[in-house]
Amino acid sequence: MNRLLKISNTVLTLLIFFTLILASCRSGGKGGKKDTDSVAVSGADAAVYEDIKQAEKIFYTLPSPLESAMLIKSAGALFDDDLLNPVENTKNYNSNKSMALNLGIYTCDLSFASLYDQTQLIINYMNAAKKMADGLGILDAISDEDINKLEENIHNTDVIMDIVSQTYLNSNSYLEENGQPAIAAIVLTGGWLEGLYISTQLVDMKEFNGNKLVGRIIDQKLSVDILIKLLESSKGHPAIDELITEVNRVKVVFDKITIKTSPVRPEYNPATNVTVLKSEVQSDLTPEVFQELSKMVAEIRSNLIK
Amino acid sequence: MRRIIVAPILILLIAAWGLSVNGQCKAFAKRTCLPELGSYIHDGNYHATVLSEGEEAELYKTFYSDMEYRLSICGDEALPAVQFTVIDAEKKILFSSKESNNAKTWDFKLESSQQLRLVIKVSSSGQQGGIPATGCVAIMFGFKIKT
Repeated sequence: MNRLLKISNTVLTLLIFFTLILASCRSGGKGGKKDTDSVAVSGADAAVYEDIKQAEKIFYTLPSPLESAMLIKSAGALFDDDLLNPVENTKNYNSNKSMALNLGIYTCDLSFASLYDQTQLIINYMNAAKKMADGLGILDAISDEDINKLEENIHNTDVIMDIVSQTYLNSNSYLEENGQPAIAAIVLTGGWLEGLYISTQLVDMKEFNGNKLVGRIIDQKLSVDILIKLLESSKGHPAIDELITEVNRVKVVFDKITIKTSPVRPEYNPATNVTVLKSEVQSDLTPEVFQELSKMVAEIRSNLIK
Repeated sequence: MRRIIVAPILILLIAAWGLSVNGQCKAFAKRTCLPELGSYIHDGNYHATVLSEGEEAELYKTFYSDMEYRLSICGDEALPAVQFTVIDAEKKILFSSKESNNAKTWDFKLESSQQLRLVIKVSSSGQQGGIPATGCVAIMFGFKIKT
């Protein structure tokens, strides 16, 4: 009888562990099943977050550093290397939080330098990102082979973007798959904040009205709620809790901007096989609110790169 | 005594299995999904998970008016068809792969930036009994400047 009881206990213990492991694999610490909304979202954004009780896995996705840099360049902004986090700062980052944040920041700087053909900076920032990834124990995120390939193709933007994309993929997939979703979320936050910092600093206030870059900054309002959701999925981690507070300060300013979008009308073009999502948008960012945002982001970013 | 030794070993083996399954998803995503992006630049973000028949995943992302996007969804060979739907903030369905011959990719561009929701569902094979098929599902985005 005792023997039977022991076997039952073992089976029960194993079942509990098995279930826990499966659950952690599925949720990846990001979102998860039957998520409850704790972030106040308004209007149309709120509707997007409803009805998410079915999903086994929820992904909250931010624009990647490469996408952020591409948005800045496509808005016609000029390159300014003074805005990048100096690579000499790498020696200051010893904690997991600072290394993760600055992995995102350096990857964004690297993407920015790549799109503007800043050859020496590309190599310097790839090495800075590598130091951060190595410090976090991310195996082979950026290999020596990647650095060599980068140097050999330093004038080929397509190859460089491909390498940047691959190394970023290696970093965040490693963190996700090795049970470090909080660190992965910190990397993404660093990259997003750096993109927002660079773009806000590049706006010429003399050409504020009709400035395409201002439009791209307004668009980031759409990503703030996603970022908070992403961070909240790792709530309880001290570094994450600090970031939630900081990002919520940014959200308060973004909440002063109204974005009104007309209903979306998808139109498929069989000739190009591309669907155009037609809609009109109106927003009301004033120079005062913009300067408040710009100042706040600069202050937060300055603390992150210390 | 034997129980004390065997249980932790089994637990470690199970944990290692969990990690290796997810590790395979990364390789799967790079091998199968990435090439589907074609001339689009992969954004570098990673979204892959293990799903079983009938299960769903969701993704929230902002898409920008300056860009042209390709969305690529890949499911493991062991899984039945993986369907996806793209929904806007007003819950309007903008694209359904089911109504597009079970398409695995969708190319689109936007006149104004939008936050969209992507719902991915592994269909059910309809077979009664037995163990439901399980495998990796990966979601990838490629972009290029709008032409």
